[in-house]
Order: sequence, then C-alpha cells, then structure tokens
Amino acid sequence: MTGFLRRRAITSLLPLVAVLLGVFFLARLTGDPANLYLPVSATPEQRQQFIEQNGLDDSVWAQMGDYLWGILHLDFGESLRTGESAATMALRAFPATLQLAFSTMLIAVVGAVIIGSWAAYRPNSIADRISSFLSMTAASVPDFWFAIIGVWIFAVGLGWLPTSGVTGGMASWVLPVATLVIRPLGVLTQVVRGAMVSALSAPYVRLARSKGAGDLRVVTHHALRNAAAPALTVAGDLMVGLVNGAVVVETIFGWPGIGKLMIDSILGRDFAVLQACVLLTAVSIFVLNILIDIGYALLDARVREKVSA
Amino acid sequence: MSTAVMSVHDLTVDIETPNGRLRAVDGVGFDAVQGETLALLGESGCGKSMTAQAIVGLLDPVASVSSGSVVLNGTDLVTASRRKRRAMAGPELAIVFQDALTALNPVYTVGTQLAEPFRIHRRMSSRAARAEAVELMRRVGIPHPESRVDAYPHQFSGGMRQRLLIAMAVALNPTVLLADEPTTALDVTVQAQIMALLKELRNEREMAVVLITHDLALVAEEADKVAVMYAGHVVETGAVAEVFSDPQHPYTKGLLESVPVHVARGSDLASIGGTPPDLASIPSGCVYQARCPLARDRCVAERPVLHQVAKGRAAACHYSEEVSR
Repeated sequence: MTGFLRRRAITSLLPLVAVLLGVFFLARLTGDPANLYLPVSATPEQRQQFIEQNGLDDSVWAQMGDYLWGILHLDFGESLRTGESAATMALRAFPATLQLAFSTMLIAVVGAVIIGSWAAYRPNSIADRISSFLSMTAASVPDFWFAIIGVWIFAVGLGWLPTSGVTGGMASWVLPVATLVIRPLGVLTQVVRGAMVSALSAPYVRLARSKGAGDLRVVTHHALRNAAAPALTVAGDLMVGLVNGAVVVETIFGWPGIGKLMIDSILGRDFAVLQACVLLTAVSIFVLNILIDIGYALLDARVREKVSA
Repeated sequence: MSTAVMSVHDLTVDIETPNGRLRAVDGVGFDAVQGETLALLGESGCGKSMTAQAIVGLLDPVASVSSGSVVLNGTDLVTASRRKRRAMAGPELAIVFQDALTALNPVYTVGTQLAEPFRIHRRMSSRAARAEAVELMRRVGIPHPESRVDAYPHQFSGGMRQRLLIAMAVALNPTVLLADEPTTALDVTVQAQIMALLKELRNEREMAVVLITHDLALVAEEADKVAVMYAGHVVETGAVAEVFSDPQHPYTKGLLESVPVHVARGSDLASIGGTPPDLASIPSGCVYQARCPLARDRCVAERPVLHQVAKGRAAACHYSEEVSR
C-alpha cells in the first residue's frame, strides 16, 4: 500500500510541475498588472516603484525561479489585491467549493444508481425514459443557461430562492447544486445503466436467481457491485471537474469558492493567488485519483492483488 | 420402488425473434425419479438446455413457456407465482450451470456465495452460514476449506470452481438437481472426478438428477434412464442399457453408430447424413424425416407421437419395429 502511494506520488510529480509552469506562463499572458492597479495618470516613477515592489522587473526566468523556490518552502507569495497570503486565500475559498462539489456528487451518485439500476432492470420503464431524458439534457443544455433560467424563474419570478450568495441558508444551495448536478447525474445515470445491463445478464446473476435470490438482492447485491467500477471511474472524472471549481456556477451565484477566486485573480492579474489556487486543485485531484484507486481495490479483490503485487 | 418426484409434461417453449415465433422445445415430457439420474441427450440446439432453463424458470426474456407443466412436490412450476418459485429454488430444485469459469460472482468470496442459500432460505446468521459453507467445501473435496472459504473465485481452478457450483446447488438438499453440461468446460480427468462427485452426492442425498449432455459415453456411464431429444422433441426414452443396446428410433441408432468403435485406420467414420432442421422450418410430419433412412410418405404426412414400444420404453417413430433390424 505505501509502495503504491509512493509510486503514485512519483508519477504525479511530473504533471504537477507541468501544471505549475503552464499556469505561471499563461497567467503572465493576461497582461501587465501595473496597467490595472495604477491610475491612468500614474507617473513613470510611480509605475517603476510598483513594478519593483512586486518583483515584476526581474526577467520571467528569475520570477519563475523565485516562484518555484517559494513553493518548495511553502511560500506562495502575496495577493496583489489584498496583500494577504495567496495560500491563505486559496485555502479559505476551497471549503465552499468542496461542499458544493460533495453535495452535488452525493445527489448525482445516489440518483444515478437508483435511476440507472431501475432503467437497466426494467427496459422501457419510466426510469428508462427518465434516464435517456437526463443524459440528453446533460449533453445538450449548458449549465450557464440552466443557472440563468433557474434564477429567472425561482429567484426573480417566484421569489422562492435567493438569486445568489451563501447567506440564505439551505435555500441558497438549491440553485447552484441543481445547476451543477445535471451533468454528473445525466452522465452517471447512463454509465450505471449500461454497466447494470451487462451485469444483470451475466452468468453470476443467473446463478444467484437459481439460488432463490429475490429481485432486490440480485440488483443491489450481485449486479451493482460489479457495475460499480465503471461508474466509479466516471464519477471520479466528474468529481475532478467539480473540485476544479465550478467556475461558471460560482460566478453566476456569487459562491465564494475556488472557481470564483480564480476568475477574480485572473481579472485582477493576481498571479500569486491564481497559482496557489491551481496548485491546490492539482493536489486535490491527485488525492482524489488515489481515493478512486483505493475504491477499485475495495470493490474487487482482483484489483487488490495487482496493487499489492 | 422408485417414485417420480418431478414430472415434466408436454413442455413447450417458444422464442420471439424479429422473424416470428420459433418453437425451441415442443411437447417435451419426462419423469425424474428419486435417487436416479435421467440423461437428457441431444446435440447442440436440440432444446435440451432450454428445457432445463424452462424448468428452473431462468429462460432468457425472449423465450417463454407457452404450454405444459412441471410438477415438483405437488406444485406446478409453470403456473406457480414468482414468490413460490423463489422459495423452491434451492431447497427443492437446483441447477449446476455449464459455464463454471464465469458463473461465480467475481467480487464476492466463495464463502459468501456458498452461504447465500442458507442466508436466503434458512435465514441463518452469517456466522452459522459460513460454517455451513466450510462444511460444504469440505464435502465436495476442496482442500483447506477453513482458509479457502475467504478466497475469491479467480483463485480457484476450473475443476474447483465446478465443485463450488455443485456445492452451492446441493446446499439445501434439493429434491431435483439439474446438471446442464456440468463438465463441458473442464478437461477429461477433471470431468471424471466431477461426475463421480455428482453421483456420490446423489446417492447420499437421494436426489433425482437430470443430466443434460451431448456426450453418449457420459450417459452410458452415469445415467439410469435417458431421453433422447431431437429438434425440440423427445424422440426416445427408456433405460440407458436398453436404449443403447436396442434403439427404437432411427436417430438414436444413428447417434450410436456414429461412435467410433474399432474403426480401421483410413476408413470413413459413420455419421448421420444432413443437418438438424432450422427451427424456423421444422417439417410438419416427423422432425427427423429429412435424415431418416426409413422415411416414407406417412412420415411426411403425420408426426409420430411418443408411444410405448416395450415395457418402460417409448419412441416417436411410425416404424420403430424396423429400427432394430
């Protein structure tokens, strides 16, 4: 197990460095912070002072060296906008994103397992139709459209829900989660349905029936665990997307998560904060992938053997 | 005296296909007797496996029983409710499938799967059911059952997996055990061990065994009675020794003559000319007419019914008395 973790950490190092460098250079393509932070009337002296203060007069390579050196010492720099530590800002925003991601995923997984299994068990039933409708919707409706229509109907029209923010208690969760859940739910339902169709026609299901196992036992006990692996793969992939920050949804609903912080940092040329955010999500994706692999091993002894071998 | 514990009567199975209905099993009937093995013998596609699936109620969704009855311990399985059927699956009727390599669930330990009949039907605690599972593994000859009970199916060889499937099937001492080609996936030495195990268990638990196979040698060695199937029909029944020494149906005779015994090198092997009829175009008269050396006008016009030809013997041939000549 520790050997497995070590191997994974080593193989993840290279992509991690690539991401760090990529975001470093891409961020600098967005423009010069001096233009944004200083008034148009700023004198060349003021401008020079700002640039020197923030270390922007060094060559790009020197800046990169500083940046990587800082990371090795867990120093991610300060925000241009607030002067706060970039790491603190990223870590402060992350829980809001995680909460949103986990609640969304929980609903998506539970919904997909129920609807997908039912659809596989009873082809052409209501569940089967719901399942195709969901995947069509997931594939064809962009989330910003759904978010805006949701705000228009439920917040502006009916006044049931707040338009944005997190201060409204449970009510403020409804629209962001509902918007985010459509895609994972639609995609996962299809995956669960497909995997369950093949699991339910497998010889071990016939064997279970020959032992007198009832419908519920056959579906939940014998078929579902076999169908879980492909669903886990896709769920992990979707979860990565959610943890990465639901940029659009967080922006529309003013959700103080990492996606919104990233957008604000880009617009504010706040390089240090942007880099910290990207590093944080990259690391969490690494952790998530390990969790997914552990999930495989828990589900199937054959995977366990390969991992420990 | 022997008593029939399961009577299959006039069992008919139809398959829905895009090109219409096909009759895969047509009016099949036989009795399974306690402590005896009945072989359902026939070539691939003759409907023998489908007969077994119809009896245990595990037909594919496209196939369905359209008439007939399967009476087991006073209950007609064809008309019984799903709940009743489930309650009987295990304690009264069990089946050993042919695909030993894939029939076990790959994600559960064999102990969990062996314990399942006890958990479902006797509502045993998991600990008690596990103890039963170990006992069953010991009974079917799996070495070190105490440690192997927590192993997964892929950690067993094909022969051992088939033993596990047999253990699972006999767990609750069923009245009738169906064995659907139980040894086709296994190599020959393992075959003999598995068949010996089945026979032992049959005698010890006084089960009626229905052995479904295409293997004439297996029937000769293992079965007491045989029902020969051709194109969805039972064409001949009787005690194995009698049927094999004195067949009353030309198809049975053709099969027996196809077994190579003392054939000189270089000479042609005997075989039955032609191929079995397509299910979509089964002739209206005798199903065997196209390949039968005895066929004549009556065979085209009128389908022979299975009728008694001697004590305990029946054949579906208009001219069965000519077969032995």
